[in-house]
This record gives sequence, C-alpha cells and structure tokens, in this order.
Amino acid sequence: MDELQDVQGEKMTLNMGPSHPATHGVLRLSLELDGEIIVKAVPEVGYLHRGDEKIAENMTYSQFLPYTDRLDYLAPLSNNVAYALAVEKLLGVDSKLPERCQYIRVICCELARISAHLLGLGAYAMDVGALTVFLHTFNEREKIYNLIEALTGARLTTSYTRIGGLSRDLPEGWTDELAKFNKEILHAISEADQLLTRNKIFLDRTKDVGIISKEEAIDFGLSGPNLRGSNIEYDIRKAQPYLVYDQLDFDIPYGEVGDCYDRYLIRMEEMRQSVRILDQCLANLPTGPISIDDGKIVLPNKQKVLSSMEELIHQFMLVTQGQNAPVGEIYFGAENPKGELGFYINSKGGGVPYRMKIRAPSFVNLSILEHMLPGHMMSDIVAILGSLDFVMGECDR
Amino acid sequence: MTAKQLANKIKRKFKGIISDIHEFRGELTLEVSDSSQISEVCRYAKEELGFDYLVDLCTIDNDDDTPRWTAVYHIYGYGHLQHLRLKTSVSEEDSEFPTVTTVWRTANWHEREAYDMMGIRFTGHPDLRRILMWEGYPYYPLRKDFPLEGKPSEMPDVAFTDPIPLEGGPFVTLAGGEDAAAREPRVRKTE
Repeated sequence: MDELQDVQGEKMTLNMGPSHPATHGVLRLSLELDGEIIVKAVPEVGYLHRGDEKIAENMTYSQFLPYTDRLDYLAPLSNNVAYALAVEKLLGVDSKLPERCQYIRVICCELARISAHLLGLGAYAMDVGALTVFLHTFNEREKIYNLIEALTGARLTTSYTRIGGLSRDLPEGWTDELAKFNKEILHAISEADQLLTRNKIFLDRTKDVGIISKEEAIDFGLSGPNLRGSNIEYDIRKAQPYLVYDQLDFDIPYGEVGDCYDRYLIRMEEMRQSVRILDQCLANLPTGPISIDDGKIVLPNKQKVLSSMEELIHQFMLVTQGQNAPVGEIYFGAENPKGELGFYINSKGGGVPYRMKIRAPSFVNLSILEHMLPGHMMSDIVAILGSLDFVMGECDR
Repeated sequence: MTAKQLANKIKRKFKGIISDIHEFRGELTLEVSDSSQISEVCRYAKEELGFDYLVDLCTIDNDDDTPRWTAVYHIYGYGHLQHLRLKTSVSEEDSEFPTVTTVWRTANWHEREAYDMMGIRFTGHPDLRRILMWEGYPYYPLRKDFPLEGKPSEMPDVAFTDPIPLEGGPFVTLAGGEDAAAREPRVRKTE
C-alpha cells in the first residue's frame, strides 16, 4: 500500500519523438503525464528547418519559386500562387494579371485545397482508427495528382506560377478531366462522410476534445479551419479578396464549439465548397493570355528572343538580374488550406529581396499545443494533432 | 474605420515617438522611434483600436546601417478588417525589445524564432529559448554576417555539422551588384 501511495502523483516524462507515425511529420512532443492525463506538453519543432528565409536573401524572385513548393508540400500549387501574388504586389502589377491567369490560379488553389483536406482527413481518420477512409481519400488524391501532372509536369513539386503569370497554359482536354473529377470527388466526400460523421467511435474521440475558445483562437493567431472552428466567420478569400474570389459564389463553413469534430466538419464542407468554386471557374473560364505582357516582368516569347534585340535584352536582364523591384516592403496573406500563408518581402531594390519572412500557418497553429494539451488524456493527443492539421515543412521552413 | 484613421489615432496618442505614416501598395506603416514603448503601442492598438490579431512578428538585420535591428509587427483586426504595420528599431549594443506576449500570446513563438535566428532578446518573455535550431547552437543564422553555407559547430549527440559543400561556388545571386561578376560570384566569402 505504501508503494502505491509513493507512485500516485508521480509524473512520468514521455517523449513522443520526432519519428512517430501519428505526429504528422517531424514534431517532437515532450509530455509529462500523471497516469493518462497530460500535465505538461512542450512541442519541439525545427527538425525540418532548411533555412528558406536565408536562401531567399540570395536568390532572385523567380529562382526562389521552387522553394515555395516545399513549404506546405501537400498543397504546393497554393504556395506557388501565394508567393507569385506577393511578389506581384511588391512589383505593383497584381491588378494587371489577365483574367484567364487569375481563373486558372483559383482552380489551382482550390484543387490544392481539396488535395490537402483529403490527406488531412484521411490521415486524421487513420490515426483515430478508421483505416478505410485513408484509402478512399488517397484514391481521390491520385486523380488530383494526375490532373496536376498533366498541368504542370510534376505531382508534388509543381513550381507552376511565374511572377506575372503562369508557366504554361491548360493542356487539351484538361477542363473535361477536371469536370469529370468534380463529379467523382463529391461521391468520395460523401463516402467518407458516411463512414465518419455519425460514427459513434469517431464522435467519442473527437467531440468536446481539444476545445479552443474564440478568444484563444484569436489571441494565438490561429487561421484557416482552426480559426473558423471556434465560431469565427472569417475567410481571407471573403474579407480581403484576391484573384477572382470576389466574383465567385461560395460559403464559409464555421463551427460553434471549437472542438476537433467541428474542425473535421469544416474541412469536409470546405471541400464541397471548393468543388462549387471549381465548377464556377470551369463555367466562366475566359480565353486570352496567361501572363502579363511586360518584358521587364515576364520572360518574352522564345522565338522573339532569338530574333529581336529588345526581347533579347529583356530575357537577359530577367534571367541574370531578376525583376527590378522597387524599394519598399509588402505583406501578402493568402488563404491556404492550412491557414494564412503570408509573405513579408522587404526589398531594397533590384532582383533579390533583402528580407523575406514566410508567415507559416502551421508554425502559429502549433504554438497553441502547449496551452491546449494539458488536461487531456494521452490518446486525445492524436485526435488534437490531426484536427490541427499542420505540416512540418511549412512550420519549420 | 479605415486604416488611415486608426493609424492617425495611434499617432495622436503616442505623439513624438511615431513618425509619419508611410503608405506603399495600399499598406500603412508606422515607425515607432522609441523601441522601449513598442509594447504600450501594441497594447493600445489591441485594447483601444481592436487590433486583436498579430499576423506576424518579423525582425530585419540592417547590417551596416544603425540601428542594426528592426522589428516589424503586422497587426489586423477582425472587427474592422484593417491591416497595419508597426516598425521599431534598436541598436546592436542594446539588442533588446520589450515583449508583446502579454498583448498577444501568439507573439511567444514569433519572438522565440527572432531570438533563435537573429539573437535579439525580448525582455519579459516567459520562455526565451531556441525554437528551430537546437539548444546550445552557438550562432544566429539569419544575421547578414553568417554565411549561407553555415559554420561548423559542435553537436553533442550527432556525428557532424559542417558547412554545406558548395562545389566551387555558392551559385547564388547577390543583391545590388552592378556587373555580373559581382552579382554572381564564383566563390563568395562573407568575411
């Protein structure tokens, strides 16, 4: 009996190490447990830190584009779009983007959103035990990857946008493939829905777990579905519209309680809204150029480069020196699937930024873990981590 | 309330330490000349003007310009949907800003990252330690005098940390060089 008295109340330190199947990447959690209850949780990040911001100080704006693919590597197209929009804002040409370019960029962003949410929900369901959902969602992701590969040439490291436009136009028959995909994805979403939404076990694991209050969500700087779960109707696409989002008709789902279940429902509904946006984009897709017609920003036509002097000079200047940005600083935040991906670019002129800060949504979303986890049980960690849906590539940069 | 009106309110409340409001690409920037008061300015912005969301806290190394460190605060309000940027600078001898974690709790990790990358301390921060680099790393990597390829350092339980092999040149593009030789050096040494 005395031994039992000694052991009770003794805290156990547990390391949920960086290499763990349920931590969604290389996240380390140092946990102090009192039996099953977490007393203290210290997240440690930085295992995937690659020094992107340091590299950005040494690259022209176009040369840095492939690094943005690798930020949120589950939705690389949306990172490309956000970065291109940020640099175009700095250069002052964001209002000159052709309509077709803007529509295609919206299509890319929404495809990336569906892809990221499918993976997030699939991995989340797998972590809490529903293994079948993972296979269904990854099957759909294969279709998205096929579409993206036809469009950009790569499945993951797309580098599709360019400063001032896009790298290539839509291939033949791509819009028909996308229309076909739109019909199929709704069916797949409803299948996952039937498996999870009213599933007693899933509800028990996620309802009233990981509650984030409205005040906490704002104070900790959460964004994206994590913010909207806590009863805040805010979406950058509606509040500060960029591209053609102000001409499109879609709803913003937001939750009431702020628990894991709410965040799950929001991501499901966001996928349906993305399909709605994709349908509208396909219906309204205009013809026309896909890049700004300015030799100082966009590489000119190769045939002209080989025969005409002016284009040759533009090509030379763009490749060797980069776009000549004015002295100044901008911040641009886009609604990425994980939250608000922001680029703060401080330029002292020339083609290379002086300082680029990447405001990563996953980095900020993870900071709430230390506050939120104590009081929960150990098996809730998996549910909470999955519902926050972070990506370490973005968190660590 | 527009961003201009909100910025003017801050300017009127903190007369003397706020410079003129600078506008570029539709964004307003306020320069706070006294860095020790930045925490009060932020508290006023949050409590009186409704800037409840600290979007980003960034630090810049001004290299040879004095003062060396600039902190940039991007703030936003969910009520009035306006952005504002606050900038403040501190010299290298001081290297200390007051913390704003008491105003917005999200600043906690942002300030830790600023300390980790630049070596700037934040007085009053509850837990100022490295976040992206490992504990005990001796350098501050994002400073301008830290080379791109890294410096060798001791890491107790890991085999080695050497500068990355650049195979004859950093293959980077430097800002500002007039001719191609200065802009894309074959081998670039920082010091």
